[in-house]
Amino acid sequence: MTYVIAAPCVADYSCVEICPVAAISPGPEDPEFERVEQLFIHPDVCIDCGACLDVCPVSAIFQEGSLPAKWQHYAAINRQYFEVIAL
Amino acid sequence: MTIPALRIAIVGSGPAGLYAAGHLLDNRDHSVEVDFFERLPTPWGLVRTGVAPDHDDKKKITDRLFDFTLRDPRVQFFGNVTVGKDVQVVELTQWYHAVIFAHGAGDHNAIGIPGEDLEGVWGARDFVQFYNAHPDQADLRFDLSHPRAIIVGNGNVALDIARILTADIAVLEKTDIAQPALDALRASKIREVVIMGRRDLEFAAFNNPELEEFGHLDGVDISASGAIEPPVSESDPVLAWRARRRYEIMERLTSRPRLTSNRQIVFQFLATPVGLRGAGRVEGLDYVRNRVMRTGSTITYERSSTVETLDAGLVLSACGYRGAALKGLPFEEAAGIVPNKGGRVIDADADLPGTYVTGWIKRGCRGIIGSNRRCAHETVSSLIADQEAGLLQPATMTGKQVRALLTTRNKRIVQFCNWRSIDRSERQAGQALGRPRVKLAQTDALLEAAFAPQRQASAIKPGEVGW
Repeated sequence: MTYVIAAPCVADYSCVEICPVAAISPGPEDPEFERVEQLFIHPDVCIDCGACLDVCPVSAIFQEGSLPAKWQHYAAINRQYFEVIAL
Repeated sequence: MTIPALRIAIVGSGPAGLYAAGHLLDNRDHSVEVDFFERLPTPWGLVRTGVAPDHDDKKKITDRLFDFTLRDPRVQFFGNVTVGKDVQVVELTQWYHAVIFAHGAGDHNAIGIPGEDLEGVWGARDFVQFYNAHPDQADLRFDLSHPRAIIVGNGNVALDIARILTADIAVLEKTDIAQPALDALRASKIREVVIMGRRDLEFAAFNNPELEEFGHLDGVDISASGAIEPPVSESDPVLAWRARRRYEIMERLTSRPRLTSNRQIVFQFLATPVGLRGAGRVEGLDYVRNRVMRTGSTITYERSSTVETLDAGLVLSACGYRGAALKGLPFEEAAGIVPNKGGRVIDADADLPGTYVTGWIKRGCRGIIGSNRRCAHETVSSLIADQEAGLLQPATMTGKQVRALLTTRNKRIVQFCNWRSIDRSERQAGQALGRPRVKLAQTDALLEAAFAPQRQASAIKPGEVGW
């Protein structure tokens, strides 16, 4: 199980700063920061601690199994982002 | 009375100013005090008056973040105080170690075609402020009696407006949408909203989450004029991925079965408006279609010579916001920003020490709420570096002195405790109706709510910051 960032994300990067395993991208120093519509959690790096959940100012973060129906596909979108930037 | 190491004025209490205050207060090396100067009786800037009423998720940022900044004991809020009128820029620069201007973008780009002065033609901001109960537009009345509305421009603001114009009233009734807007929409005869942009889908200005939301609108069909083609031009992997996703969402939305009884949102890509028709009132929009021309990696749009017309009774120009000049601050007309280096305001390449900008007035109107956080971080870092280099003039007034002086000029300064009263009364009014709040739109009503309870609350002494 992993945490997933869904549609409400406003790219306030408090989650990036608090994540103990640097699973969340892009951070404000990353070149991609200007080009994304939201931030993403790497599902293979996430340790499921939930620290990001508390600091997100818009409650955009969900545990994968608790994603609202309309945002189910954000699990795939979060994973895809890391595949895209690895290209 | 001792003046702390850093007394900072911030003009504007939207995300840009609030993130700047947050960064200042987080600084552990200096004792900091922040005074906000806000033209409206209410804080939160575009989170309150820009973010669409059905985007309640995004509005959570006020309760979950910005409220902690505004109620910090080192912060004073001076609402209903207009810089340039109640207090001058030059005064602020004298009173404080530094001033951060975060007043956003007060102007917008016109379409730039004949007929924009016709009745029924509005700027997107007018309509957004109308449905968000902004005091500037509380008295506007929109004619929604024609079956078609056209939005020129296809950024997120255009999509917000299209959504509000077509949304189920039962959904809007559960939001904090302004009451006059709700009444107008309930009686609306609009059946079709056209979103017109000069470029193709690949370069549309909206974001994917906003487009995806069209799929959640009950009783609304989505269609697009012309072929929806897969993206081919973008070489940056992240932007190409976004374009691919945009294409997939659009394909999914436009291939759903349609019902003639449904309301329609129509994307008109590759179309440039050339004129507005009507005698006094707008009756239609003339436009030409564009063809994409690719020469190597350069893309141009060739205009057709054939003018086509769409009938409409409401035309909204959503061609982007832009900054407005503020007396006492330099202004870069072409970009609509205050010229700056890393947030330091510069004039003819000379620095103006102690004067800073952040947010849209610094970098132009782009990015989302969180973009302002990084932007504010840069500005505050410049400010702190200048302080440490001894470049800032000492402040000449304490927080109490500024408050006392403002009170002599304006009897109705909305302080944090007064904003709390407004907030409480709006939330209470909403509770009975199952809405997050019922917004007060008129300045008079806001001020009445701001000050009425305080007269009874003897616990709070007049002029004291409390909540």
